[in-house]
Amino acid sequence: MNLNQNLFNYLLRLSDSGLVLAQRISAWTGHGPFLEEDLALTNIALDQFGRSRSLLEYAGKLEGKNRSEDDLAYFRNEREYFNPLICEQPNGDYAQTMLRQAFVDCFEFLLYSELCHSRDETLAGIAAKSVKEIAYHKRHSFSWVKRFGNGTDESHNRLKQAMDKLWEFTGDMFEQMNGEADLVKAGYAPDLNVLKPKWEKEIAELLQESRIEIPQNAFMQSGSTLARHSENLGPLLAEMQILPRMYPEAKW
Amino acid sequence: MSPGTIFTEQELMNMLGEIPDPEIPVISIVELGVIRGIKQEKDTVEVLITPTYSGCPAMKQMEEDVILKLKSKGLQNVSVKMIYHPTWTTDWLSDQAREKLRVYGIAPPEGKSDKSLLSTHPKSVTCPRCKSRNTEMVSQFGSTACKALYKCRGCLEVFDYFKCI
Repeated sequence: MNLNQNLFNYLLRLSDSGLVLAQRISAWTGHGPFLEEDLALTNIALDQFGRSRSLLEYAGKLEGKNRSEDDLAYFRNEREYFNPLICEQPNGDYAQTMLRQAFVDCFEFLLYSELCHSRDETLAGIAAKSVKEIAYHKRHSFSWVKRFGNGTDESHNRLKQAMDKLWEFTGDMFEQMNGEADLVKAGYAPDLNVLKPKWEKEIAELLQESRIEIPQNAFMQSGSTLARHSENLGPLLAEMQILPRMYPEAKW
Repeated sequence: MSPGTIFTEQELMNMLGEIPDPEIPVISIVELGVIRGIKQEKDTVEVLITPTYSGCPAMKQMEEDVILKLKSKGLQNVSVKMIYHPTWTTDWLSDQAREKLRVYGIAPPEGKSDKSLLSTHPKSVTCPRCKSRNTEMVSQFGSTACKALYKCRGCLEVFDYFKCI
């Protein structure tokens, strides 16, 4: 595999994360707990969709097979999606949605801060734009996790239940794809092994402030770097892709 | 104009300066800072445009408006190219544009973009209506991607704040 192919795969991993999580949180649109939160999640989803669109458009160009961002989003199957497992986990209640978001926001803030220095100019440009947006997302999700953790017994228990469901999917974010090491060596992508302890430290602080314990030596799911997913991705994609697949010529 | 007229860059920019921002019509897309370059070669014009926010739905509208505007001036071959370098920042909004925002009822971005990212607590913002500094943030996410929602404790009105990024 050459560098171009590796970069193409890497771009898919980045874009799929945003796309799948944005699809998840868009389900809150019109159902948010109150108006400001409804708008907040819709805005966050919009940022993530936009970022994924730029990344997919670039991936399509790099691949050189004339695939547009829509082709890549709507006409790839589950086993061709590379988003980390955490992104596809169900919304659950608001505590679960916010904890999932905090895990991903924290990861993305570290990742995109580094991607701003990528040797690839387009990727660096997209990252420079995205990192400012992610800073807002992170501030939002972190503040909610703390509010749930330190609110009522009910909110605290909800956060704890969310933690029990989600923690095992967090390790998968740090798995490296085939060929990613070459991208790291060539200065295109940051080394996830370097980001991991930073993420663990920040999340440990957040959860401590929220009075939630982190399980020791917990089992971690993996597989997304090989496009192996939990049972949750298939139905999500089916819903997201049905219209363009049924009516391939449909125009917005 | 006769077909084949060659315009200067300034003339072309002036044409684009007539296009209002689709969501904040009091400022033009040139004042917003998204037009990063324009050049004419024979009868073909290429416009470089950069997004404000990754998912800003107004970008598509802006692209179409650029093409329509230049065509109305007799330029038939217009292409719009999206670029990501350098990254758009509210620092590019002129003082004049900021004043227009304020008069329109949107508090303009305060300070420089690099500083606001570092602080985790949004600073107090001046109310565009009564100019009170006694305001509070209601939500980081407002009616569009580029705005946050604030409330003035002075005049009790809620208002949009154009986020500093």
